[in-house]
Amino acid sequence: MSQGLSPIAFLTRTRRPGRIGVTDILSWAWLVLGTLAVLIPVVWAGLSSFKPAAEITRFPPTLLPRAAVQQTVPGFNAPLSLWTVDVDGQPREMAMVRRIGLKAQMVDPSNPGTPVSVDVKTMSPVQRLTIATENYTDPLTRFDFLTFLKNSVFVTFVATLLTLIVNALAAFALSKYRFRGEKAIFVLIISTLMIPLTVVMVPAYLVVVGVGLVDSLWGIIIPTVASPTGVFLLRQYMLTIPDELIEAARVDAASEFRIFWRIVLPLTAPALAVLAIFSVLWRWNDFLWPLIVLSSRENFTLQVGLNAFQGEFSVQWNYILAMTFLSLAPVTVVFLFLQKYITTGIAGTGMK
Amino acid sequence: MSTPKATDLGGRALDFVMGIVEAPINGFERLMGRKRMPYLFLAPNLILFGIFTFLPIAIAVGYAFTGGTGLFVSDRPFVGFDNFRQLLQCEDYLRPGSCRESLFWTAVWNTLWFVGFNVAATLLVALVTALILNRAIAARGFFRAMFFYPVLLSPVVIGLIWKWFLDRNGLLNAFLQMLGVPPEIFLLDVGWSRFFVVVVSVWFHMGFYTLILLAGLQAIPKDLYEAAAIDAASPRRTLFRITLPLLGPNLLVVLILLMIRSVQIFDEAWVLTNGGGPGTANSFIVQYIYQMAFGSDLRLFGLASAASVLMGLVLLALTLIQLRLGRKMES
Amino acid sequence: MGNLKLTNVTKAFGALTVLHGIDLTIDDGKFVVFVGPSGCGKSTLLRIIAGLEDISAGGIEIGGRDVVQLSPAERKIAMVFQSYALYPHMSVRKNLAFGLENLKFKRGEIDTRIAEAARMLAIEPYLERKPRQLSGGQRQRVAIGRAIVRNPDIFLFDEPLSNLDAALRVQTRAEITRLHRQLKTTMIYVTHDQVEAMTMADEIVVLNGGRIEQVGTPLELFDNPRNLFVAGFLGSPRMNMLKGKVMAVGEAGVTIDVGYGAPLAASIDPAAAKPGQAVLVGIRPAHFAVGDEGLPFVVQYHESLGTETYVYGTLEGRDEQIIVHQTGHFAPRSGDLLRIMPLSGRVHVFDPDNGLALPQTVSQRSDAYEHA
Repeated sequence: MSQGLSPIAFLTRTRRPGRIGVTDILSWAWLVLGTLAVLIPVVWAGLSSFKPAAEITRFPPTLLPRAAVQQTVPGFNAPLSLWTVDVDGQPREMAMVRRIGLKAQMVDPSNPGTPVSVDVKTMSPVQRLTIATENYTDPLTRFDFLTFLKNSVFVTFVATLLTLIVNALAAFALSKYRFRGEKAIFVLIISTLMIPLTVVMVPAYLVVVGVGLVDSLWGIIIPTVASPTGVFLLRQYMLTIPDELIEAARVDAASEFRIFWRIVLPLTAPALAVLAIFSVLWRWNDFLWPLIVLSSRENFTLQVGLNAFQGEFSVQWNYILAMTFLSLAPVTVVFLFLQKYITTGIAGTGMK
Repeated sequence: MSTPKATDLGGRALDFVMGIVEAPINGFERLMGRKRMPYLFLAPNLILFGIFTFLPIAIAVGYAFTGGTGLFVSDRPFVGFDNFRQLLQCEDYLRPGSCRESLFWTAVWNTLWFVGFNVAATLLVALVTALILNRAIAARGFFRAMFFYPVLLSPVVIGLIWKWFLDRNGLLNAFLQMLGVPPEIFLLDVGWSRFFVVVVSVWFHMGFYTLILLAGLQAIPKDLYEAAAIDAASPRRTLFRITLPLLGPNLLVVLILLMIRSVQIFDEAWVLTNGGGPGTANSFIVQYIYQMAFGSDLRLFGLASAASVLMGLVLLALTLIQLRLGRKMES
Repeated sequence: MGNLKLTNVTKAFGALTVLHGIDLTIDDGKFVVFVGPSGCGKSTLLRIIAGLEDISAGGIEIGGRDVVQLSPAERKIAMVFQSYALYPHMSVRKNLAFGLENLKFKRGEIDTRIAEAARMLAIEPYLERKPRQLSGGQRQRVAIGRAIVRNPDIFLFDEPLSNLDAALRVQTRAEITRLHRQLKTTMIYVTHDQVEAMTMADEIVVLNGGRIEQVGTPLELFDNPRNLFVAGFLGSPRMNMLKGKVMAVGEAGVTIDVGYGAPLAASIDPAAAKPGQAVLVGIRPAHFAVGDEGLPFVVQYHESLGTETYVYGTLEGRDEQIIVHQTGHFAPRSGDLLRIMPLSGRVHVFDPDNGLALPQTVSQRSDAYEHA
């Protein structure tokens, strides 16, 4: 992305070098504003996820996660909160003992003597940059998010593996053999691309109940393993592998299955990688189908768990945002590293 | 010979596993012959397709004609067109309250409004962004990636991020306060919540359509622009007389695709609006189907299936149009 | 044993029959070339022998063993493909080892065989490279190496030189011939290039339209083409064809009138010809003598290659092009009238109705040509 341009060259590198028209300025404004529109809600949620529970609902909010500072003062059992107080025109940090109406009793934390009375209007709390890691650890340890996370990882990993194997086998058959019904089967598989889950979700649920997979992780893994997108993508790629290679392997005494996994599969690696990335994203983000199939808490995936959690704890934004970020982080990492793969893959196949 | 490396060991382990896996498959080949192997390779895929895709399609229609609360067809009485009658009985289709199944018609109208605004807004934003990115602009890859990023996020995550952004104590209200505007609880206001459902949907999906349109733009031969430049065409004329007409087929396909997907709005709106709120202001068709079938203990599978069939017919019509266009584009 | 017997091998793709009952026997250790124009079925026949295609009818025996039902791997054959078909993701060594591993050879045996083949083909320096890191010629040798390590009864080559440039082609041709002498294994080689066929083969099989036109040694085919197709296909430039009529039938042969009052003598079995019968007379460009008498030949232009010259022209008053080959320097001018006469015993006579050659009284032998 970065080509080591100087800032000036970067800004002026438009259609006609050396001339910046109104269109160029508007274009840049659009792109910069668009980027901000994408980033701000995400970054804001990210920053908020580190705020302590007491701070998160403060309005107007602070940008960075901060928290009031408390300090143990000799002679007091509980830690006292620190405030900046105006004493004789000099700002001083003092610990508040108690508050009565518009007055507060304060002591010097390093030299606690008799408390002095201070007008609350002149005091403001002392805050430091604080990262509330408990937002992340609490849901994982005290609530069920570790289970949700494990379920999501399991589903994503197993489903992607099965998706690759099952669809690669089908694509191999449909690209490297000529047999009766070949065309009909291909058309049949591709035609299911047109059928959205939302239309068949009721009967699909009944089928899952019928085969005994309801409220089980396998119930969300298995029904979508056979993917028309996957078959199509892999088949198109395998068609580019020369048939003479397959024949050479046959002369080399390789069984058909050995041809598949020793010759065809390694040569299909680029397409398999694209499908793997998509499968991981699909599975990790999947919501409606798990929502329908899973009913007990110990089987929830991260997405379903998040949705349930926000219903139950609608005020505990610190936990919700932390877990939201936990779900978003791997996707962001995948995107940062494989951005090119993903965008060219989508532009090339038109799938999502 | 060469000394074994770690990858070699991994390879050997894989070879060992595959050796076990392939034994029965090779046995099948010896028994049935090479010609039958493609059927074996297709079997897992076709079995899964059969059970989880074709079987549901087959029973989807049948279900719409049954009533009761039983799960399996055998437990369910045949009720003819009752479910459809219940859905479609209306004194005035423009007033959902006058309909027997007023929730359904509320959802239908909400969905139609959403589709209209969402399609227009997404198409406009995606087209403008694609046109800008198609200019020889610096850092194009960065911006393209930036706009595309939300597409990869989960609808739940997006719903929650926006819910927080629009919260009473959220950033938007903080910003408004700086401007002297009193805070607003956006998601509890019918108008604002509908507005932001569209905003979030555009924010979520526009990167995908931008990418498709950008691919279409980049397929327009460069020499056409050079010819237009020599013919002294103004940028505006170039846009309206060359770029847009040539992008036309892509635009149509994107339009239909956008409509097909907009009709099925559910996930992010469901999370953002706490299940369609305020009231039923953001209750859409898929939500109606979900709630009838799974949302309560009623388990009105027949009614939900009938609604699915109706929506499926609309989507089928859109898909057929898209296929037609696709074929026209190829020829 | 690497002898091959095809009986009535027939292949049809749907309604299209591409091989019509091929009968062919190949002895062990022979280098046999299948040659013919594209679409003649030569590659299909090779792939049928390899077991890559099924046959619609007929029988195939390799080493006396019926192999029709056997897979390619079980036929004890090895094949070198036109595109070489090297596995692009495997090193040269792994390419060579793959087949042996599939056949469950012991590691040591595999290493020995690879080392031997690599030495024979001088590809030892490249064993750890991937195919894309090799030149065309090196890939070609690896492809041959992959066949050699299998130690097959029959080697099959499918136009293996067509992807090489001219210089490399000549060199590789010689290498394959040397390899055959060294290994003494049966080799079947498909090509559309008659030079490859003539230079490499012990025996040539000429195929056309899914049928065998003729089988024989290169010189048998050159000297005694069985029909017009073989006569036209082998030899460059092509054999000249003149229309004629049988004048007289004698004990030693027949005389044929091609006009110009210059009858040609041909050693044709008198029983096969009738006076007055219309025939086609074939004479190769090299088999004309330029002299004081004979057919009137009007020169159009000539090509001088230094050691030899091709003269292009027509017989006086006719349209069909005639090519005359002369050794050494020879520079007739355009419009010159030459007298040309076929060398004795070098006149081929064909029946224009069925294209078959009329049988000769004595086989026109190759040594006769060399002394001519």
